[in-house]
Amino acid sequence: MIKILTKIDGINNVLENNDLLEIEFEKNNIIKILNELKDKTELNFNQLLDITAVDYPSREFRFDLIYILQSLTKNKKIILKTFIKENEKIESITNIHKSADWYERECYDLFGIEFINHPDLRRIMTDYNFEGYPLRKDFPLTGHTEVRYDDLEKKVIYEPVKLTQEFRNFDSESPWEGMENKLFGDEKSSDEN
Amino acid sequence: MKEVELNTTTINFGPQHPAAHGVLRLVVELEGEVVQRAEPHIGLLHRGTEKLIEYKTYLQAVPYFDRLDYVSPMCQEHAFALATENLLGINVPERAKYIRVIFAEITRILNHLLNIPAYAADIGAVTPFLWCFEEREKLLEFHEAVSGARFHAAYFRPGGVHQDMPEGMEEKLFEHFKTFPKFIDDLESLLTNNRILRQRSVDIGIISKSEAIEWGCSGPVLRSTGVAWDLRRSQPYDAYDQVDFEVPIGKKGDCFDRYLVRIEEMRQSISIINQCLNKIKPGPISIEDNKITPPKRNQMKKSMEALIHHFKLFTEGYRVPAGQVYSAVEAPKGEFGVYLVSDGSSKPYRCKIRAPGFAHLQTLDHLSKGHLMADIAAILGSLDIVFGEIDR
Repeated sequence: MIKILTKIDGINNVLENNDLLEIEFEKNNIIKILNELKDKTELNFNQLLDITAVDYPSREFRFDLIYILQSLTKNKKIILKTFIKENEKIESITNIHKSADWYERECYDLFGIEFINHPDLRRIMTDYNFEGYPLRKDFPLTGHTEVRYDDLEKKVIYEPVKLTQEFRNFDSESPWEGMENKLFGDEKSSDEN
Repeated sequence: MKEVELNTTTINFGPQHPAAHGVLRLVVELEGEVVQRAEPHIGLLHRGTEKLIEYKTYLQAVPYFDRLDYVSPMCQEHAFALATENLLGINVPERAKYIRVIFAEITRILNHLLNIPAYAADIGAVTPFLWCFEEREKLLEFHEAVSGARFHAAYFRPGGVHQDMPEGMEEKLFEHFKTFPKFIDDLESLLTNNRILRQRSVDIGIISKSEAIEWGCSGPVLRSTGVAWDLRRSQPYDAYDQVDFEVPIGKKGDCFDRYLVRIEEMRQSISIINQCLNKIKPGPISIEDNKITPPKRNQMKKSMEALIHHFKLFTEGYRVPAGQVYSAVEAPKGEFGVYLVSDGSSKPYRCKIRAPGFAHLQTLDHLSKGHLMADIAAILGSLDIVFGEIDR
């Protein structure tokens, strides 16, 4: 199967890892590659399981966009990966896999990745009129707004988040393993190494 | 030219409606009483589980999985435990594998014991609900016996299970599942040949084989169309390759087939549990590497090293080698998957949860088109929708 996969152009890298195939590809080839994966009888990846993204804010190509497909006839799962920049758009695959509709909406909602030619690209998970993209790494865990019922106005109102206790994120990484920075007053010990 | 007058009514169904199985808001376009379009609005139970997990250690992430699909908690812990074990490159001991399979199957029965009567209640039958909840309570006692909690068990952990089954548990399970098939027969005598149930479910919400695959359906919804696809069979994990069971399939893919598939799955689960009980042997229930699983309490009283291990595990947690993995289990509702990305630290960099209900709910518009408004309740019930996992 790996041999057939490497022959499809646009696919850069094929890996096999614990029965799971992993592929990297160029984002402009997406329609062609997914069509071939679905239609070639030797591959027949006919079920789209999920679309998701991973955010790496420091990279130029900020997002890893992940497509997980499954072949029910060949009993195989495959992970497709492509890299896109922050404001780049990518072609929607709703014409190839119907189930991509909500998956792409979710990806748009939580990461802000736009899909061209999607029939109905709206937010899906977050509140009506929500702002921001919650699964990006620069979005705070607490969010920006909170809601409460106001007894005077007789309605639910939105307010900026007020934390009664400062947000605590303990860095409990062990300082003894793989330490790179010298500790103050500890210069001598690292000179010896 | 003839003038055509469009006369559609748009109504709002939910988010608080007893037949919506949670907080589903549906905008339904009706022509008379016939559904033209049904548009689900979801996310009303969105809690940001995936974001929260990025800020927790691997062990602290386990309880979040109980709270996704809260009627089948252990199966979801299973997916997360398998994903983490895969990244860590560890293999759990034999006894832990059998315990996991036994409890995954008990969870499956629990799930179906909720879904079947809830579905029956949606279309008019009340008694099954009361009967099944009594049975559920008996099974939840087994949950409680091993984990201390009836629902939010946090029992399947990376590396094995939390603690061994209490003494005499095997016999109790064995005794219980001797009488349980009789209960399924009784339940069937109430429902399967019931005229009202048949009228409300046969030929309602039909989905074809190719459509089910196309829409990403899995589990009983996919099997009801006639596709014999079960991850326990096709990609076995833990001890599923050691047991023998049948994969029930339907013919038409309508609501009635989905109901029948679930009934038969319960019988198969009993058979799997009985086989596991015969094969299970005493032994360790988690890997004996204190870098990943905590040391025993009595060791900690004596050994300094054990104390340090315990402290490190519950503050920093363990580090997981960098990499990505997708692990899926056959949860009672379908394929439940976890896509996990590690950057080498003790917290997941990204944890994407693939919930079967999300894909199933997406088909609702397609399934309900041309049916009556009242059938929406039947279709929703037969898809086994739980909002904890859909909204995450």
